[in-house]
Amino acid sequence: MTVPAIETKELVREYRMKRSPQNPSGAPVVALDGVTLDVPQGEMFGLLGPNGAGKTTLIKVLVTLLLPTAGAARVLGLDVVGQVQQIRERISMVSGGEHSGYGILTVREQLWMFSQFYGLPSKPALARIDELLKVVGLYEERNRRTSALSTGMRQKMNLVRGLLSDPEVLFLDEPTVGLDVTAARDIRAYIKEWIRMKPGRTILLTTHYMHEAEELCDRVAIIHKGRIIAGDAPAALKLRATGGTYFLLTTETLDGISLAGLPGVQRADTRALDGRMELRLHLAEDGAIAGVVKVLADSNRRIFSLQKIEPTLEEVFVQLVGQRLEEADERKAGT
Amino acid sequence: MLRLLRAILGRSYPRIIGANRDKSWLFYDTVLPLLGTIAFVYVYKALGAPERFVGYVIMGGATVAFWMNVMWSMAAQFYWDKQGGNLELYMVVPCGIPAILLGMSFGGFVGTVIRAIAIVAIGSLLFDVHYTVSQWPVFLLVFGVAIVGLYGLGVTFASLFLLWGREAWHMANLFMEPVFFLSGFYFPVRALGFWAGMGASLIPLTLALDAMRQLLFPGTHPPFLPLGTELGILAALAISFIVLARFLLRKMEYLARREGRLSLRF
Repeated sequence: MTVPAIETKELVREYRMKRSPQNPSGAPVVALDGVTLDVPQGEMFGLLGPNGAGKTTLIKVLVTLLLPTAGAARVLGLDVVGQVQQIRERISMVSGGEHSGYGILTVREQLWMFSQFYGLPSKPALARIDELLKVVGLYEERNRRTSALSTGMRQKMNLVRGLLSDPEVLFLDEPTVGLDVTAARDIRAYIKEWIRMKPGRTILLTTHYMHEAEELCDRVAIIHKGRIIAGDAPAALKLRATGGTYFLLTTETLDGISLAGLPGVQRADTRALDGRMELRLHLAEDGAIAGVVKVLADSNRRIFSLQKIEPTLEEVFVQLVGQRLEEADERKAGT
Repeated sequence: MLRLLRAILGRSYPRIIGANRDKSWLFYDTVLPLLGTIAFVYVYKALGAPERFVGYVIMGGATVAFWMNVMWSMAAQFYWDKQGGNLELYMVVPCGIPAILLGMSFGGFVGTVIRAIAIVAIGSLLFDVHYTVSQWPVFLLVFGVAIVGLYGLGVTFASLFLLWGREAWHMANLFMEPVFFLSGFYFPVRALGFWAGMGASLIPLTLALDAMRQLLFPGTHPPFLPLGTELGILAALAISFIVLARFLLRKMEYLARREGRLSLRF
């Protein structure tokens, strides 16, 4: 039986705080409040939550930058408190917005420097660097000073740095934050490719982009105020959204036409909208929409629009947390 | 061991190659420091001091480069690394922080010795100073042991930074001028008196300068302590600082992980 890639049990991390007007009692800040997680090897696991939820703190505990206050955490079966060196040899971490390294070095030199910290022989390291730079589209910039790189190029370089040692577990802390659409898409595409290339590779990805979690992750956990409040595959999480999938149809006024009794129609909510009728149809199965369309067509009712609306992770988040992700970020920032 | 050596070489690379990439160091790190040295030369000339005092000043000026390297590129470096996000990456890599610090030390030393040689060469040419090194192996031994002790002190300060953060940076500022004075960079430390001199000897450069002056100006330089004694104390200091640095580094790394002071992003 293979050990989990990541395992935490009632993990707690507190930060001691000085007394301040905002915190007159000097009470500690609880960043992680009893987090229990189990990530098997080979999985891309997402941690979704607003700023201040505890995502980065969890990663820092797992990569051995922080000690837990209580509870336990293991990476590849190794304890983050007592087996630090063994863990560090098998993991890597890449953070979004990273400005690591030194601007006077070129891309190749910078990556070579980090490869030496993992004890890689120079020649194979440089070959691997060149190979990875080609894959992420940075090969032409290999001799450019890192101070001259754009944000997207820098993040690609950071990703290459994280992959140099061929880690068994890769921690990505908001890897696409601040990137433009193209750069973010390129990075996501390579992440997906990387985990597929070798069985057993595991990624823990933190993000506050819902679509990123949905696109990349096998499973997603929603974290809020230091606690995991839900965790499952994205599709399964979306089923939890109250209401589920529905069809939104705009047509002319119905004048007594009833759709609720049609085969497959579980519920039909109507509302008048600018002289038209908006129908929200919950169906037993998607094929039932054909019957609805036929009835409307037979009654000479024009259909102006028809959309299938699937619940999003955002709706799941709102239902679980009680506010949108952006609102949670704004509240945290005090705006 | 091979991984340790690779890590040391890797971390020293930015300091050796990268720092010399910008040729302005030829002016900022040699000509400008020389101006301060030249001022002292003219003071001694005006006072009618023996010619060897010009040699003292030039040696002292070259040694200042090492002290500044230790304070700003060792002690305070982790502050800049923390700001840039390097520190947390250094903590996570398997080679460990000691290898990173050794690389910083080695790279800093190589970069600084180039500058120091330039200062000695230019200063000696300008003021026609001649040195007579009576015992080259001993001279190099004194220099080598002093450098080990000095960079051991630098690693100690870097370890303290992990806990003190910006306060350690202010302390680096605080140490600059008093050490310039007490270590006898520009005058024989013997002039401070025995106890003040002994106190100043905690900085390895104090006794190193005095020992090297004894070897460069044999028979004319009034020693603070006998050469053998100074070499022995330097060796003891080097070992002590290395042991202290290792102990402090482990303790500070543990406390930093417990307190969460390594990273800016939470």
